[in-house]
Amino acid sequence: MNGALLRNLLLFGRVLRTLGLDVNPGRMIDLVTALEFISIGSRSDFYHAARGLLVHRREDIPLFDEAFEVFWRSRGRKLTSLDLRALGERRRFRRPRFVPPPLVEESMASTSQSTNASDEPPLIQATLTYSEREVLRQKDFSDLTAEELKAVQWLMAEIVWRVRERRTRRRRPGHGRLIDFRRTVRLNLRYGGELLDWAEREPKSKPRPLVIIADVSGSMERYTRLLLLFTYGLAKALEQRVEAFVFSTRLTRITRQLKERNLDRALREVSHTVPDWSGGTRIGEALRTFNFEWGRRVLGSGALTLVISDGWDCGDIGVLREEIARLQRSSRRLIWLNPLLGSPEYQPLTRGIQAALPFIDDFLPVHNLASLEDLAEHLANLTEHRPERRQVSIRSALPSPSSASRS
Amino acid sequence: MTVASIDALQAALRGQRYFASRGLATTMFLSLKLRRPLFLEGEAGVGKTEVAKVLADLLQTELIRLQCYEGLDVHHAVYEWNYTRQMMHIRLLESRGDRPTEAELFGPEFLLRRPLLQAIEDNGKKPPVLLIDEIDRSDEEFEAFLLEILSDFQITIPEIGTIKAAQPPAVVVTSNRTREVHDALKRRCLYYWIDYPTFESELQIVLAKVPEAPAKLARQVTGFIQELRQAELYKVPGIAETLEWTAALVALDRDALDETIIVETLGVVLKYQDDVEKVQGEAVTNMLNRVRAGV
Repeated sequence: MNGALLRNLLLFGRVLRTLGLDVNPGRMIDLVTALEFISIGSRSDFYHAARGLLVHRREDIPLFDEAFEVFWRSRGRKLTSLDLRALGERRRFRRPRFVPPPLVEESMASTSQSTNASDEPPLIQATLTYSEREVLRQKDFSDLTAEELKAVQWLMAEIVWRVRERRTRRRRPGHGRLIDFRRTVRLNLRYGGELLDWAEREPKSKPRPLVIIADVSGSMERYTRLLLLFTYGLAKALEQRVEAFVFSTRLTRITRQLKERNLDRALREVSHTVPDWSGGTRIGEALRTFNFEWGRRVLGSGALTLVISDGWDCGDIGVLREEIARLQRSSRRLIWLNPLLGSPEYQPLTRGIQAALPFIDDFLPVHNLASLEDLAEHLANLTEHRPERRQVSIRSALPSPSSASRS
Repeated sequence: MTVASIDALQAALRGQRYFASRGLATTMFLSLKLRRPLFLEGEAGVGKTEVAKVLADLLQTELIRLQCYEGLDVHHAVYEWNYTRQMMHIRLLESRGDRPTEAELFGPEFLLRRPLLQAIEDNGKKPPVLLIDEIDRSDEEFEAFLLEILSDFQITIPEIGTIKAAQPPAVVVTSNRTREVHDALKRRCLYYWIDYPTFESELQIVLAKVPEAPAKLARQVTGFIQELRQAELYKVPGIAETLEWTAALVALDRDALDETIIVETLGVVLKYQDDVEKVQGEAVTNMLNRVRAGV
């Protein structure tokens, strides 16, 4: 292989790495080896060889294609990887088109300005008295002052999240009804063919994955901040996979952004990713996107789905009904969390909620700390059995709200 | 047979009535040459499993298939001891007043060979084709285990020792992408995403696989399926469905599509009630008109 080609290949590998593809020197060596077997004159063969070795996710194929196009087309011109870097950045770090809702650090900044007490360390969690805690626990998230918000954050971090495990098909040595023949034979070798001691196996359990789909549209604005915090907290606290999505007019996956270790950075990342904060709500369309693009990939292994929304919907109700029904069928349990459910006079009368109710397994409030604690308890005490579901036709007339349980 | 070039491979595949795109043929060719597993992803029914079958025919070797499922473990994937035989052996020796040693009880003759062990063990024949089907159905534990086998092609059985493949088998791993398979595993493989075929190549497949179908019917069915793939369906029909539908219509002695027969036989193609409801009445007429205009 001539030196110029090798150099170009390695440069190409570097460009791909900058674009976020998983390319390492080992793969590059493979590619060089592979080129011995194909005729390098054929552009298409070279393309497929490089793609087969350097790409292993379908999402990355378009990115690879673009990079390939740009990199290997204009051989005559002087190449830099500058425009390619820009190409990667445009995709991955899009500027927000809407102003994100005020985040924690901003509200903190404003508090410290107004009270002028920025040099005092925030020792709120230690100084809260019992009755103060109690008041905070019951206070609706939307009524919190900036200072209370900080306190609530601390208290939220104290909630212990645990989701009832599911039994898997895998077994491990233990006490169960299944006989571990391998160990049994070994145990009984000394008895000469008489099986006296039996070794058993028991099912292994595993945590259920959790999928959170949260509404960040205009009507939810007052809750968004804390509910994002709640989502972040859950993703951090649970050992299992937690997939998170937000929507108002369209659906955005924020799982990757929430992996950030630092809370403020995570929230900032999220706010940069989501293009439509506080827009209108189209729950049906958002759920459809979820069902089509993500459902089959993230709802395996008996996943629990949490939808957080107040049910105000300006989209097509028929679509909402269809998609929520599908979502319920693909989830082990579908839990709808509604902040409005906290107020005693609330009646689930909006069209959105009316359409969705028959397909929800649990309809629970999320408006204050106490309701989050209840949710934690609910998740920890789920039964092993499938939730009982009534057969509801998607095309049926308005259903009665009583068919969903309300705690 | 040994494969000399990508063109030769593509032609040989065509001889087996498998129509691989140039990209797939290139990736397969390299997987054979570099002795790396081939990782195929794509929607259900685009012919992923078929690749392994055809490859085995082509190389004139055995196909060993491992169907994955949740909870698949070493006892079902690699090896298991034949307990009944072991017990019998103990009893037999007992009656002669003898006792078996552990080494003889856990020897090769009491070993049940499961697919992965079969694929790796040297039995003097050509290296087989190992198909690990629907890996996305297995769990992370099995994936991690597979990682070890696919990198070294060796298996350690504590009682016997390490068994290493003299010649590694050709490995084909398929996934329907119902969950993401871990990158570490994919990294060891050559990756190819099999897309739905174009009208021309799908027609070619239909004509080759259902030779008794009239040309007009084959064109119409293929056209209609291509239309269905444009519609917003939850589960889009694959090539397998196209073939089945053609065969079904041939069995019903049809030589062309019409609204009635489409609605009556739609169950062959669409497997979700929601989707069936979407393809009714006017939608069918519209699609059929477009198909007729195109044919």
